[in-house]
Parts: sequence; C-alpha cells; structure tokens
Amino acid sequence: MAMTKIGRSSGTSRFFNICRWTTSLANTTTTTTRDETKILHTTTTSTSSKGGGGTTKSMNLFTAINQALHIALDSHPRTYVFGEDVGFGGVFRCTTGLADRFGKQRVFNTPLCEQGIVGFGIGLAAMGNRAIAEIQFADYIYPAFDQIVNEAAKFRYRSGNQFNCGGLTIRAPYGAVGHGGHYHSQSPEAFFCHVPGIKVVIPRSPREAKGLLLSCIRDPNPVVFFEPKWLYRLAVEEVPEDDYMLPLSQAEVIREGSDITLVGWGAQLAVMEQACADAQKDGISCELIDLKTLIPWDKETVEASVKKTGRLLISHEAPVTGGFAAEISASLVERCFLRLEAPIARVCGLDTPFPLVFEPFYMPTKNKILDAIKATVNY
Amino acid sequence: MALLRRSSHLIRPLTSPTLTASNLTSYLRHSFSSLDDTPITVETSMPFTSHNCEPPSRSVETSAKELMTFFIDMATMRRMEIAADSLYKAKLIRGFCHLYDGQEAVAIGMEAGITKKDCIITAYRDHCIYFCRGGTLLGTFAELMGRKNGCSNGKGGSMHFYKPESGFYGGHGIVGAQVPLGVGLAFAQKYNKEDHVSFALYGDGAANQGQLFEALNMAALWDLPAIFVCENNHYGMGTAEWRAAKSPSYYKRGDYVPGLKVDGMDALAVKQACIFAKEHSLKNGPLILEMDTYRYHGHSMSDPGSTYRTRDEISGVRQERDPIERVRKLILAHDIATEKELKDIEKEKRKEVDDAIAQAKESPVPDPSELYTNVYVKGYGVEACGADRKGVKAVLP
Repeated sequence: MAMTKIGRSSGTSRFFNICRWTTSLANTTTTTTRDETKILHTTTTSTSSKGGGGTTKSMNLFTAINQALHIALDSHPRTYVFGEDVGFGGVFRCTTGLADRFGKQRVFNTPLCEQGIVGFGIGLAAMGNRAIAEIQFADYIYPAFDQIVNEAAKFRYRSGNQFNCGGLTIRAPYGAVGHGGHYHSQSPEAFFCHVPGIKVVIPRSPREAKGLLLSCIRDPNPVVFFEPKWLYRLAVEEVPEDDYMLPLSQAEVIREGSDITLVGWGAQLAVMEQACADAQKDGISCELIDLKTLIPWDKETVEASVKKTGRLLISHEAPVTGGFAAEISASLVERCFLRLEAPIARVCGLDTPFPLVFEPFYMPTKNKILDAIKATVNY
Repeated sequence: MALLRRSSHLIRPLTSPTLTASNLTSYLRHSFSSLDDTPITVETSMPFTSHNCEPPSRSVETSAKELMTFFIDMATMRRMEIAADSLYKAKLIRGFCHLYDGQEAVAIGMEAGITKKDCIITAYRDHCIYFCRGGTLLGTFAELMGRKNGCSNGKGGSMHFYKPESGFYGGHGIVGAQVPLGVGLAFAQKYNKEDHVSFALYGDGAANQGQLFEALNMAALWDLPAIFVCENNHYGMGTAEWRAAKSPSYYKRGDYVPGLKVDGMDALAVKQACIFAKEHSLKNGPLILEMDTYRYHGHSMSDPGSTYRTRDEISGVRQERDPIERVRKLILAHDIATEKELKDIEKEKRKEVDDAIAQAKESPVPDPSELYTNVYVKGYGVEACGADRKGVKAVLP
C-alpha cells in the first residue's frame, strides 16, 4: 500500500498525509466509502493521527481499543481474547461487550497466572489462531518474561520458519497514573526492546490506538502492545468507526519544527507537546516525533529530522539508565554525528524504583523537558 | 511454653496507654471471676478437615485474658480498617488500599499460636497482620498516608508494611511472589536450629500461580518448616474461586504436602491450627492451612465489592460468622465481661484510632531526598533533577 507524506515547513503543525490501508477483512457493518486516497487534514492537537474516512465518533482510549477488539474478533473467526477479568469487560473496560457478542469460547477469563497466560497464548498462536492476551498491568508481565523472550521471540527462528506464533498479541496497560505506586505505574518497554523477534508498539491517542492495535493483531509477528493507562479516560478524540489499520515501524512527525527534534511515545507525548508549545513562545521551533513502534523502530524518519534540526531530545517515563532513549541516542550518533550541534538529551524517569509519594519528582515533567530543550539549543 | 507466650503476648504494649493488661481488670469495673490464665476449653465451630494428616482436636484451650485480648485487638483492627476506608474516600490515603475487615480472626488467631520469632510474610492485605505483629496505629495510618512516621518511612504505602523486630517480612504487591520468599525464610530458620517456623500467606487468587507450586516442591523436598496459609476469601478480586480454580480445595492442592482446612472466622480454630501446624512442620516439613474466611470490603478501595457477590451474601456472613461477634458471644457466655463493658471498649478503641489518625495527619511527608535513599546500599553517584526547575543533584546514598 503506497504511503506518501508531504511535509509542510515549520511554523505550523498542519500537514497533509495520504494514508489508507485497505483490508479485505473489512467490517461489513460499516457505512463508509472505501476511498483509496482520502487526504486528511490533521489538527494541531497532539492527539491527531491518520485514519480512515467516513463517520467518526468522539471516544476515549479504552473505547477505541474496545472497538478495535470488536472488529478484530468480528473479522476473523479464530481470534480469541483472554486474560484476567476480561469477561466482564476488564479492569479498564477495554473488553466490554466482547464476551456477550462473541461468546465465552472466544473471550474468557484466565486464572491468575501470567506465565501461563502468555505460554498458553503462544501455543494457541502456533496453531494459526490470533491470540490476544491481556496482562492486567504491565508491572505483572515479568512472570511471563521468559515465555515472551525465550519462546515467543524465538519460535520462528529456531524452527527454521516451520512454526511461528505470529498471531500472538499481548496487551498491557503501562505507565504512571498519578497514584499508582511501585506496581501499577511501571514502563517496562525497554526490557522487550532488547529482544529481536517481537515487536513493541505504543499508541499515543485513541485514533492511533485503534489503528495500531488492529495492525498488531493482524501482523504476522508476536507483538507486545503497551497502552498508556493515564489516557484511558483522559484522551478523547474523533475516531473513525470503521476498520482501519495504521502502519507499524513508521514514526510520525506530529509537529514540525526546525531547531530541535523531540522523540517520544505514548502518554509522554502530551507532556512533550506542552513543552514544545512553551518553547515556541521563546522562539524555539520544535519538531515532535511519535515513534509508535519501538522495535523495529523507524530510524529513517528520526534521522531525517535530526539531519534537519541538528539536535535531539528523547523523553520517556522509564528510568533513564538502559531506557530506550539510550538506543535511539546511540543509533543517531552513529548516523548523524557530524550533523549534531549538541549532545543528545534524555529526559526520563529517575534511576529509582517507581516511587509512591515522590511520583512528581520522579516523572519527566514539562519543565524538565523545557529546561533540556533550552540547554540543548543554547549549547 | 504456651502459657508463657500468652502472658508475654498480653504484656506487649497495647496501643493505648490507658488500657493495658495490668489494669484490664480495673478497667472492667465489675467484680467477677478474675481475668487470669485459667484455661477455658472451647469447641471450634466446625471440625477441621485434613488432607494426608491427622487433624487436631476441636477443643481449644483458651483463657479469659486471651479472649479479651482477641476482642480488643479485633475491635481495634476492625475500626482501623473502617477508618482507612473513610480516609481513602477523603483522599488522604492515595494509591491502593486493600482492607482486611472480616478476616481479623486469621491475623489474631495466628498470632496467638506462635511467637514473634516465627516469621510471617503476606501479600498486600497486610494492615492487620502488621498490627498483630506489634505494629502501632500511628505506624499504620502514617504509612497509609505516606508520611515519615509510617512503618516503612512513608515509602511503602498500604501494600508494604514491615516489622523486622517481630519477624514480619511484609507486605508484597505482586500476587504470589511472597510465597517462595517464605520458603527461603523457612530454610534460614531451619539452619538456625532454633525451632521457629515461617508462615507464608497468600490468597485464593494467588493459589493458581506457578511459583507457589515451585515453592511447595522445594519446601517438601528439603523438609522446611514452612507453613503455607491460603486465606481463602473466595474471591480473587472479582473472580469467584470456582471460576479460577479447577479444585478450590486449596488445602488439598499440595498433594504430597498435608493440608488442613480451618474456619478462618473462628479465631480459636485458627489458633489451634497454627499451634498444630508449627508442631507438625518442625517435625515433618511443610503444611498447607486453608483459612476459610471472608472480606466485607471489595478487593480494594476501587472495588465496591457488590458486582460479583450479592449484598445478601455479605450481610449473611456478617450475621452468621463475624469473628468479633463470635468472640463477644464467648465472652458473654463465660461471664468475662458485660455487654456494656465490651461496647465501652469498642468506643475506647474508636477514640484511639481517631487519635492516631490525628497524629498521623500531623506527621510530615518524607523529605524529597528520601526519593534516592535505599535504592542501593552504598553511594551510587547518580545525578537527577528535582521537579519544576529545581535542579537537585543527588548522589544516591
């Protein structure tokens, strides 16, 4: 499917995108026209994204994810959703209505056993099914870590492509929520980025989430899909009601600029967007990129942007040491060393366990990012 | 040994300076059979059911003093949890709060059967276990509110209460993760040859975790004095036990490890079971105790607790099996105190809880530098920013 991006120069963040994924597994209840080359005009908010044409509806993140799951189950009969408490709708309501509509044979609760859930999902996927496993909080994913790293990621490789578990998608809410404490706020994406064989995808908004989740479910590789739990209710956006997919491994420039490139993902982008707006008032033009897929990540887009601006700042909630910003930083230095005007900045969580009362100190806040933008620009 | 332990248990400072064991009799102004250690024998409500072992007798030896301490402590705990509920709704407690009301008999009965040298480790529903292990009301409320005077210096919160002096190893957030730890504690105790045991508590939801069975196997293989206590309140968050487990007879799931099913709402049954378990495991290795108990609140404060069970069920249990009511009836039946006196005690404890809350509210939040303390032991040398442009460069102590 051809995809062209025409960027406008800095000043505004309006730009045109032509993006349309068609799929033969369309939702037959949709009333949209299947226009192949719909040009979309995005808004200036950070929650903008591409999507299909036709009717849209204002909805929040968990509703968008819920719609994506409905579509996925509807369009492919051998798709299953399972996890702890998904039957009644899940603790974040992402799976409401699925059990009623598709039956308990396809949408079912598991006992409290993450390792079992993921291992079971791998087996189900190995038989050619689409297994969508939910881990209730990303903080609980570690018992399943062995299954993901040693089984899911290596299945195709070690069997010489005789077997694969590409139909596996693992969904988990991640990230700080203001009062989550040690075990309801973690961002473990970096651990999984170190594992070739799986994909790690993180959406920033409802529209992105629906399209990306459908892509992940239909992608022939195992995917870990982290959903920013802070945005489940807070992010509200117009989301197309039909079936659409957004490309994986393609980063998106959501705000154009010329002085510094900022890279982030998930809920952190909203914070970065605010910092960019503040920096704009001081005359610094920031370019903001949503990475979306962390592995395999879109090095080209980020490289093109850094070659334009000469400066890079990466921000994420996870602790700074060994966080994914380190990988981006190292890769960009390799590729753009002579073009860089300043050291690459990383504004991330601190190197402590995610704290309880100290959360405001730990988080990479807007002001920390703003300080870093200024320091980098004035280097 | 048991007698000595009982009196030492009573002599430990109770939370209020006014109500101590020594002036207990004077507090209860009537003259009646003096509160002493004269054994009273009580039958447990139900016989014990056992798996691969001989169950202990239904007749439990207790005393007037012990029954009164049960009542006083359970009334305090009940009041403590309800107060925590109100504080949470007032947003003074944030984060997560898992309340134990209804299950008090397990905490107090266990304490009555063991010593402070035996270890207890549990999951996140730990406020009352901490209290029974010698914790203070101030320590509880300050920790819940994230203040410096909390038992974990305000850094742990509701799910992470600890008390090393009394062998209470906490307070864990990840379900089931504390059970292999409990087996490790037991191993260390066996090494020390001091005839102490470890109780690893977990819930019916956690009973389906793989690490539990790994821990069971290790404990059985190496004959460790580890006692696995399943606090079966029949709901893993919102999932009823029969929907999560093929075999909800958790006491039987050890297979080669013997098990005992106990009425967890009867403090004396719990006490008897723990005494039995301690003796048994010092000789024969691990044992599973299934405490058949019930929680009145939902799983946590964000769970109303009524979407997956009927209000009739909750009120039914409250009427038929409430642990405090059971002890109250025993006390009244044995003429140890009058109803008015018991009500006065409850009022007194309520006041104590309120005082502790007031004190905890005055307690300051931990200093921002505490954010970096105790990540590692020695200096780490990390630089970090403070919030909002306050450049705090801290070397991790």
